[in-house]
Amino acid sequence: MNLSSPHASPDVSAAIPPRRRLRWWPRQRPGWAVIVAAICLALIVIIAILAPWLAPHDPLDMSPADRLKPPSDTYWLGSDAYGRDLLSRVLYGARVSLIVGLGSALISVVVGLPLGILAGFFRSLDAVIMRVMDGLMAIPSVLLAIAIVSLISANLWTVMAAITIPEIPRIVRLVRSVVLSAREEPYVEAAVSLGSSLPTVMWRHLMPNTLAPLIVMSTYICASAILTEAILSFLGAGLGTETPTWGNIMAEGRTYFLIKPSLIFWPGIALSVCILSINLLGDAARDRLDPRLQKRGGAQ
Amino acid sequence: MFSYCLRRTLAAVPVMVVVALFVFLLLRLSPGDPAAIIAGDMATPEQLDRIRETLGLNQPLYIQFFNWAGELLRGDFGTSLMSNLPVTQLMAQRLEPTISLALLSIALSVVVAVPMGVIAAWKHGSLIDNAVMSLSVLGFSVPVFVTGYILIKIFSIDLGWLPVQGFRRVSQEGFGPFIQHAILPALMLSTIYIALIARMTRASMLDVLGEDFIRTAHAKGASEKRVLFKHALRNAGVPILEVIGTGFALMITGVVVTESVFNIPGLGRLTVDAILSRDYPVIQGLILVTSGVYVMINLAIDLSYALLDPRIRYQ
Repeated sequence: MNLSSPHASPDVSAAIPPRRRLRWWPRQRPGWAVIVAAICLALIVIIAILAPWLAPHDPLDMSPADRLKPPSDTYWLGSDAYGRDLLSRVLYGARVSLIVGLGSALISVVVGLPLGILAGFFRSLDAVIMRVMDGLMAIPSVLLAIAIVSLISANLWTVMAAITIPEIPRIVRLVRSVVLSAREEPYVEAAVSLGSSLPTVMWRHLMPNTLAPLIVMSTYICASAILTEAILSFLGAGLGTETPTWGNIMAEGRTYFLIKPSLIFWPGIALSVCILSINLLGDAARDRLDPRLQKRGGAQ
Repeated sequence: MFSYCLRRTLAAVPVMVVVALFVFLLLRLSPGDPAAIIAGDMATPEQLDRIRETLGLNQPLYIQFFNWAGELLRGDFGTSLMSNLPVTQLMAQRLEPTISLALLSIALSVVVAVPMGVIAAWKHGSLIDNAVMSLSVLGFSVPVFVTGYILIKIFSIDLGWLPVQGFRRVSQEGFGPFIQHAILPALMLSTIYIALIARMTRASMLDVLGEDFIRTAHAKGASEKRVLFKHALRNAGVPILEVIGTGFALMITGVVVTESVFNIPGLGRLTVDAILSRDYPVIQGLILVTSGVYVMINLAIDLSYALLDPRIRYQ
């Protein structure tokens, strides 16, 4: 069953001139929102890398005497229900989010790109691959991730796998649609008639067409993976609290929401700023690289 | 028309088969003994043997699959490990809160988002347009639970207008108490949906507003309102309907989180309870049912295209 619309039909994202070079640095100055987003994301990356040096306390260090303390000189954002420093935990939380976001984007491209090229190139494989992808897409991603984590105990790798699997169909569909229209181009025909081998045609001539839309799509996947990870942690299906994540800090803070809402709001703000920045950068990349993707409605 | 409907309906079958196959293989191929996963950590060897017996785990994989799929088709989704009740019964008990909440949210989203998108497209490039687009990016990016807690903080704690948690069933206590408890969860649930629909409405309307027949409608003196809502919106309708369908997946995620934040005894809460107790049969049942509903909704929407847009019938 084709769950996509007639409007997301193959040629939508494929109308990029085939030989167009990707420009890495914009010719005209980007809008202020994009600049702010880039700065925020850069800050979050720096925080994630330097967390052990930036954090004023050990994020796992419990001190029962200092439970739920308000912000002070020792605990800048206050402390949680076990007397752990909230600021340190939020700083460390950036690590899991970024690793999961980047990891999922990367793995889904590595797995989805070859599948999409094969599906777009071989009619016989197309039917099989796309039926499997349609089926995968019909399963709500968070439920699928929950099922996977509930079968295999949660660690960073299983959580990442659980989050990535539901994202793969999005890449496969995108790549397939680009390849479907690019293979009709004269230069592909020329390459075939000159006797290029099939792998060469696929890799040298078809794959480069998919790069621009892939960059845009993987930004959105990065954002949605970070969100899914936070949801899993929040629901108690993610990493344990010995690894602070923004989601599980909030999950622990729920019980104390009435007396200390900052346990939810600080990680919530960090999470929102991170996802918002990535989405804004994704939108900017899309406008620059592939304006016709615009109709897809972004990070759905 | 009939053959179109038939073809579309038949196309839904392989999708459901793939979903079932996937759910089936997930348990069978995961590392470790499926019986041990099903039984949990406390199981005795006798219990494990009994589970292997009832699930037929000693038989070849394809026989297991057909037996299992046969049970599903007869409406038997297995038994919960925690409560020992049939999964179907557990789900039936939780159905009403979730459906009433989802319907309220969808209604709210459409009522808010479609006019937002129409106006943004009409005043393309204006302040209103920018505001709508910024709100929609924000709606995508702020996670549902963060929105939820902000709403609780403002309306329940600071203003004290609405209850912090809990739920009242329409069927038992009437519409008033239901709305009072459901309005915040529905608002929380609809933020992302509003963002999605508003964005799609705007994009689709922008396409249509450039068409010749819009100029014709203006030229023959149709009022602005009539042109926008009668001529343009109807032609922009297909992508909007479609995004309501694909957005249903977001709705399911939202329901799980929302019901957990507001402590609503619906299917989402059942999911969370099942995760925490590692009740795999329940999780499996929930996945099958939600995927089934997702496929059905998208099928219904595909069929309704044919009503909205006669060209599709002949493809």
